[in-house]
Amino acid sequence: MSEVRRIERTDAQAPRGAEGPPQPAVDLTTDLAGVALDNPILTASGCFAAGAEMDRFYDVTELGAIVVKSVTPEPREGLPTPRMAETPSGMLNAIGLQNPGIDAWLEHDLPWLQRKGAKVVASIAGKSVEDFREVARKLRRHAGIVAIEVNLSCPNVDHRGLVFACSARDSSEVITAVRRESDVPILAKLTSDVTDIVAIARAVVDAGADGLTLINTVLGMTIDPETGRPGLYNTYGGLSGPAIRPIAVRNVHQVHQALPEVPILGCGGARTVGDVVQFLRAGASAVSVGTATFVDPFIGPTLIAELTRWLADRDIDRVADLIGTVEPWS
Amino acid sequence: MMATRAGSVRGRTDTDGPVQVTCEVLARRREGAYWLLSIAAPTIAERARPGQFVNIAVEAPGTLLRRPFSIARVSKRGMAAGTVEVVFDAHGPGTAWLTSVDVHDVVDVVGPLGTPFPIPQRKVSCLLIGGGYGVAPLFFLADELTRKGLRVDMIVGAASQDRILNAIEAKRLTASVTFTTDDGSYGVHGRVTDAFDEVVDRCGSGVVYACGPNPMLRAVSERCRERSIPVQVAVEEHMACGIGVCFTCTLPLRQKDGSVRMKRACLDGPVFNGGRIAWEETRFEVGPPIVVDDDEEELPEPPRPTDADVWGDA
Ligand SMILES: Cc1cc2nc3c(=O)[nH]c(=O)nc-3n(C[C@H](O)[C@H](O)[C@H](O)COP(=O)(O)O)c2cc1C
Repeated sequence: MSEVRRIERTDAQAPRGAEGPPQPAVDLTTDLAGVALDNPILTASGCFAAGAEMDRFYDVTELGAIVVKSVTPEPREGLPTPRMAETPSGMLNAIGLQNPGIDAWLEHDLPWLQRKGAKVVASIAGKSVEDFREVARKLRRHAGIVAIEVNLSCPNVDHRGLVFACSARDSSEVITAVRRESDVPILAKLTSDVTDIVAIARAVVDAGADGLTLINTVLGMTIDPETGRPGLYNTYGGLSGPAIRPIAVRNVHQVHQALPEVPILGCGGARTVGDVVQFLRAGASAVSVGTATFVDPFIGPTLIAELTRWLADRDIDRVADLIGTVEPWS
Repeated sequence: MMATRAGSVRGRTDTDGPVQVTCEVLARRREGAYWLLSIAAPTIAERARPGQFVNIAVEAPGTLLRRPFSIARVSKRGMAAGTVEVVFDAHGPGTAWLTSVDVHDVVDVVGPLGTPFPIPQRKVSCLLIGGGYGVAPLFFLADELTRKGLRVDMIVGAASQDRILNAIEAKRLTASVTFTTDDGSYGVHGRVTDAFDEVVDRCGSGVVYACGPNPMLRAVSERCRERSIPVQVAVEEHMACGIGVCFTCTLPLRQKDGSVRMKRACLDGPVFNGGRIAWEETRFEVGPPIVVDDDEEELPEPPRPTDADVWGDA
């Protein structure tokens, strides 16, 4: 594999954010549900494929950890196209969990990540409790996997297709099953499309989740005004990108207020260093960046550099000191 | 992002992989019914091969994602060394915004992305078929094939005469060019496939390359299959990331074992073996099942130059 280098600029202009004196050392390390991370910038599942695709651009081990695309027991080819519709400051997607299946993932994708020395958060998905259990079992005792993220935004075939994450009971059953199988911390990834996010959060924590990922995409729809057809083959899809950031920050804050001891991986619309700081202040211990990668392949390293600078400029020594620091108006 | 200064390059130095660059706009002008954008992007120009594309950041209100464009031409040497050209139709907010950039403006570009057209491993007469602005990457390809000493003929199709992209360039780059228009306003009245047999017979075409709308690519691929001619097509799919991570730009590819796999147009393509695209299965329109059980339907083995002969792989 090739060496990562920023190619030097071809003209006299310095890159944005690189002017000024050398940056003093700030401590970017963070602890996410017992997992020690060098920095709080992670990828979001489904927005970084298996990792190797992005290594064409930069050394992906620069990131705090890599959350890979959700893996299911069997290979899945996913839904027909169109799978994507752009919306103001966001996009809808309905991919249908296309993935090679756990066996192929363990055979081809994980070894690459292990060779790189990446910290891997394995995202798992399924259509029944048994599916989750099976994938979790196969993920045991593999070097490099630092945590499991349980993608609960999947329809439960045993419950008339209701999404697991919309039911405290269904979510808890999955987490209980995964907890029994797993030898690493598990993060329950929840959806904001519920009446009471705190109730679901409490249920999965009681069932054994070590932390939470907040949030998955928000269900949405577009319709072509002329043809009358939905923008997506699947009719409905998940909204992501800057459009959902305030919803994500609110969920993180709400859950952190209710369950301050529960570690949170913030996710949804993060694109700038200011967004990252918002998630941390709201109570997240780290931040997953998804859709922003589609716009800017280098967003991860850029955010790490800008966060360092942001903290240094404000004489904040440790990023961890920012977590859960929302100042009251009065 | 919002790059304001040109000349920034991010990426790996020792590969021919993609980089992210901020580059100056050298020209933005009408090209018949279309638009041409020329940018100063030396690293991309150096690395690009015909069939690949670039992904350009647009700042139109209500947009978020980059827009992909096939590379129409690069200059690796001479006065204009380091330039990259793309041709586009202004049919949405992103492309409309791109028609408004000025010379000396700076755009943020990722590339080169995707797979290039494979070049024949042996001497064979090449037929290039383009529809609308899909002709653009074929100019880049024609140049490379000619440089390799191969004969290049072209069929250029469009809805009407005004939508034929740069007829002069097509003539300059080829041994022969046949024009077709849907309305008969120029050349053969009809589709590119209506001129297909005549051109193939006259030019002894041994391989076909095509770029244009999917229905055209499908029709060309089927014609090639009937005549047992290897065919490579460059598809244009809607994509969110362009870099292989989002799985939105997939299309169904038939594997050797008969199963159909959804492949990413941005990473596994945009150039595909046209004979392998499962146009008929079409996951473009119908839902699961995932794997197709068709023992009865085997691709006929071409008696003439096979894919293996021509491209050096199967
Ligand atoms: C194209 C696409 C595919 C996704 N696939 C998955 C997935 O497989 N598993 C999952 O848990 N979340 C998936 N997500 C959701 C993201 O991980 C993330 O929760 C969501 O996009 C919000 O973050 P963002 O706005 O930073 O993208 C996907 C999102 C997108 C846009």
